[in-house]
Amino acid sequence: MTLSDVLRTAVFSLRGNWVRSALTSLGVIIGIAAVIVMVSVGQGTQAEIDKLVSGLGSNRLDVQSGAGFGGGGVRMGAGSSLTLTEDDADAIRSDIPEIAFVAASLRGGSQLVYAENNWSSQWQGVQADWFAINSWELASGDGFTSRDYGSGTKSVILGETVRRELFGDEQALGQTMRLGRVPFVVVGTFKSKGQGGFGQDQDDLVVVPLQTARRRLSGANAMPAGAVQQIALGVAEARDLEYAQGEVEALLRQRHKIQPGQDDDFNVRNIAQIVATRTQTTKLMSLLLGAVASISLIVGGIGIMNIMLVSVTERIREIGLRMAVGAGPRDIRRQFLAEAMLISLIGGTLGIAIGVAGALLVGKLGSLPVQLDAQVIGMAAGFSIATGLFFGYYPASKAAQLDPIEALRQQ
Amino acid sequence: MTVDITVPAIEARGLGKVYSPGREAEVVALRNVGMRVGRGEFIAIMGPSGSGKSTLMNMIGCLDTPTSGTYLCDGVDVSSLDAEGRAALRRDKIGFVFQGFNLLSRMSALENVAMPMAYARSSPVERLSKAREALAAVGLTERANHRPSELSGGQQQRVAIARALVNNPPIILADEPTGALDSRTGEEILALFDRLRSAGHTIVLITHDAGVAAHAGRVFVMHDGELQEQERTA
Repeated sequence: MTLSDVLRTAVFSLRGNWVRSALTSLGVIIGIAAVIVMVSVGQGTQAEIDKLVSGLGSNRLDVQSGAGFGGGGVRMGAGSSLTLTEDDADAIRSDIPEIAFVAASLRGGSQLVYAENNWSSQWQGVQADWFAINSWELASGDGFTSRDYGSGTKSVILGETVRRELFGDEQALGQTMRLGRVPFVVVGTFKSKGQGGFGQDQDDLVVVPLQTARRRLSGANAMPAGAVQQIALGVAEARDLEYAQGEVEALLRQRHKIQPGQDDDFNVRNIAQIVATRTQTTKLMSLLLGAVASISLIVGGIGIMNIMLVSVTERIREIGLRMAVGAGPRDIRRQFLAEAMLISLIGGTLGIAIGVAGALLVGKLGSLPVQLDAQVIGMAAGFSIATGLFFGYYPASKAAQLDPIEALRQQ
Repeated sequence: MTVDITVPAIEARGLGKVYSPGREAEVVALRNVGMRVGRGEFIAIMGPSGSGKSTLMNMIGCLDTPTSGTYLCDGVDVSSLDAEGRAALRRDKIGFVFQGFNLLSRMSALENVAMPMAYARSSPVERLSKAREALAAVGLTERANHRPSELSGGQQQRVAIARALVNNPPIILADEPTGALDSRTGEEILALFDRLRSAGHTIVLITHDAGVAAHAGRVFVMHDGELQEQERTA
């Protein structure tokens, strides 16, 4: 039998039972569509995380006051007791040459007021390196001068969201506004960073010099002299990150007189590590999504096998007749395999169309990131062919092995 | 078709068939059957049910292989062939006509007749023209596009005969071809076999009806797995 004969015969017999054929291929349609949507979402999430990692940089360390997270027992949250000081920051700066940037900081919330507008936001009191570590760039103004840092002037730099909410179309630079009850002069505005990797608005903040924050904004808190909540560090070379982390921990343990075996009163976080953990989780999630989708494809394939077995039983007389007039086992196997393949190919084609549409829809309407590429579609097409071959082979072989005498005798 | 008169269409020597040999359910269906049918002969095989005539027919039709003896179908030793080889032999040498017609209900008469040619690697155009010729040979040209359900029993059997003829096989094997038909229609079908014999086909008719068997040149009788040629009474 030529290929076109095989195909024509397959189309003919599928059309004869088209509702059943359509329902059977529905299993494959759902399976393939699920694979495409799930894999696209998985890949999209992965791409988002990758973007996040590159945004954070892999040469950053954060030192927080208070006990570390993890481990047993009840502990205070990070930053809840102020054990770090500006002197710690200075010591790191002078003792650990691998660390290029050091910025101690304080933070808090405050009501921001300009004219009749007000806005509740976060303030950060920072040292000069903070801008470089967090890669903040100014959209306008000159930022803080060394005098601002040294004597704690009432200068403020606004994030884009704050600038928009308070000033709208007005010029913000040089204006006086209030943080709580304290008047500040706007000396700069930041370029927008947009949404962060965890979905937060990165532009909703104001920044003041550390000394200003200590004297004017945290004044109500009973704070130890020179206390800071956080010290952000940047290593010059990413490969020194882990070494630098060890050095910082050793230096601070020594400075804080922590005995061996005693818990640290600070913790050093390596953001790259956190992100790596998250990447791991996402990969696992992608794998699970893919597995669920694959299972539905397998179920679709079993549906094909089931229907093909029914079809072989129903058409046993036809098979016997075809064998009597000269069809060999190979011809019969080919014919039934072609029918199974046709069901799964039609299902695969429709499934790809629906899957692509579904993935695009999820990307448009849902909050999930979606990445659709040709590789996924090609893989889905390959899956549908493989499904037809794999699940069609057994029924087709069964048909081919029928004894023509027995088959003709069936009523 | 190249015809070698010296080679018989059917030659069986010492043919035996045993089902489930060596077990309790052992059944001896054929015992030492020998027959020789020349080209262009019309023979009938008679016998009560259970006598082994179906087994013999399956053997002649290359659907089954003997457990002992040899069978040469148009000069080809069947026992040496596998399932694919026997299928090819059936395609080229045998045309089957069944009691129950065995037409595919979803195909037209023409498509039914053309069906065996799909396995003979002929072009679709050639197939249709040959199928038309075969339908014309059985006098059903006007019914070519009708489904089997739209045809009478006699017409359906003629479509089945056209299907058996379409690959121009040397041997036509008919199993109770008139069994499902009334006697008048049965006579028409038998007249058709007479014509095919005149055209050079070897015809093997299996029947239990002596009146049907009377159309044949020679009559064999099966009894308990043994074959005997009937003495001519006329």
